[in-house]
Amino acid sequence: MAGFFSSNTILPKNRSPFYVFKRVLLSKFRIKKKYKDSSLGILWSLLNPLLYMIVLTLVFSKLFERTIENFPVYLLTGRLLFDFFSSSTTASMNSVIQAASLIKRVYFPKYIITLSKIISNFIFLLISLVVLALIMAFTRAPVTVNILFAPIYLLLQFFFCCGMGLLLATVTVFFRDVQHLYSVLTTMLMFASAIFYPAEIIPDKFHFILDLNPLFHFIDGFRTVVYHGLPAEPLNLLICASLALVSMIAGIVVFERSQDKFILYI
Amino acid sequence: MNSVKIEIDRLSMKFRVFSEKVGSLKEYLLRAMKRNLRYSEFYALRSISFVVHSGDRVGIIGKNGAGKSTLLKIIAGVLKPTEGTVTVHGRVAPLLELGAGFDAELTGAENIYLNGALLGKSKQFLDAKFQEIVKFSELGNFIHVPVKNYSSGMRARLGFSIATQVDPDILIMDEILGVGDESFRKKSSAKMMELIEGGKTVLLVSHQLGLIKSLTNKALWLHRGEIKAFGPTEEVCGLYEEFLKNK
Repeated sequence: MAGFFSSNTILPKNRSPFYVFKRVLLSKFRIKKKYKDSSLGILWSLLNPLLYMIVLTLVFSKLFERTIENFPVYLLTGRLLFDFFSSSTTASMNSVIQAASLIKRVYFPKYIITLSKIISNFIFLLISLVVLALIMAFTRAPVTVNILFAPIYLLLQFFFCCGMGLLLATVTVFFRDVQHLYSVLTTMLMFASAIFYPAEIIPDKFHFILDLNPLFHFIDGFRTVVYHGLPAEPLNLLICASLALVSMIAGIVVFERSQDKFILYI
Repeated sequence: MNSVKIEIDRLSMKFRVFSEKVGSLKEYLLRAMKRNLRYSEFYALRSISFVVHSGDRVGIIGKNGAGKSTLLKIIAGVLKPTEGTVTVHGRVAPLLELGAGFDAELTGAENIYLNGALLGKSKQFLDAKFQEIVKFSELGNFIHVPVKNYSSGMRARLGFSIATQVDPDILIMDEILGVGDESFRKKSSAKMMELIEGGKTVLLVSHQLGLIKSLTNKALWLHRGEIKAFGPTEEVCGLYEEFLKNK
């Protein structure tokens, strides 16, 4: 049914400048909305990882004293990336359903609502990176030129989350109970991401669990360049790039194919 | 000024009606196992064709369930038809159900920008029109209150103000004019006449035949998804009134 409206209709086939405007606008509103009722406002994005880090450092740093040096930085590099994934995909799941009143009344490209969730969470991640930078400065963590690889990992993970978000948003429209399954799944993923323990404590025969977890590869790569200060491993980069690509393709294809049916289910 | 604005060609819309709605994965799997995924199909619209020219004001009439709202939703691009084509020339501002698409958590002012953006308007354009929209909606300081706290009349007023001020080529309205108090009703009717005189194309669904007669020059009578009559308002309304009487 593609192209059933002529090109000069309300369906902006060509990318008008409004596209960008709309996306930015929606993300901006999301951010405003998230902090509307809290007096500390955007400060929460800084405080939240900081407090979390302090608590977990108090709990775990003794335990892994000998295996992990500079526990706060190790923890935060993993935790921030994982948090971005879990909060952006969880927010995406509900995005289409939440926008039901808009979708039922105005035509607009529906992926915008899902992408706006990912983008706003990505902005929170960037804000939270300030905390990481501060902690690194405070603990005198060694920084090498390899930290320049970090944005590549952040971008690859962004694309990975976009694809997963589109996929999850689609599935949730048709099957609402997937949300409950997903919250269990993210908890499992979190424990299998080596966020607060060293990956080496996992016995070799169970290491495949980490390898099967896509998040672990992003966290591992990000840590290599930020925490260890080593150059990025080509194999790891390749895995992350493939994950991002496959996720994007799957997300776009599934979303594209089902979006016309959304309105019948919301 | 008699160019074709909307062209509808053998349009059909088929819905699947599940005997019970399947909304969860668990239920779907259970039913699939029991082979209990039955549904019936029904046509909300059945092979409809008509053309609306520039400057036409078309009233759409018919009983409940005749397919009026479905037709408007398809023209607005919200629903995709099962068969047939819709060709729309120009920018459409749809007012489907009460209040355009609002995000209830956001304030009226923010919703003006959100809605305007969704209707394809730039920020500069909306900045320029903002005061006018607020003034027309008569919301005053309530414009900075989240829409969830609005009364239905306030929502409808804001929706109408946005849709009419964004300068659409085609205005689509579903039972929207009956809202608000008497003075707003008069004002909105006047605004609509102004749009009509400016050569805008208007599609209007209403059960109030008086309203259809006073505002439109053509009428489309839908009955169970098919066109019973399409032509000058007086003629079609006459036929429809006859039909209602003889029932």
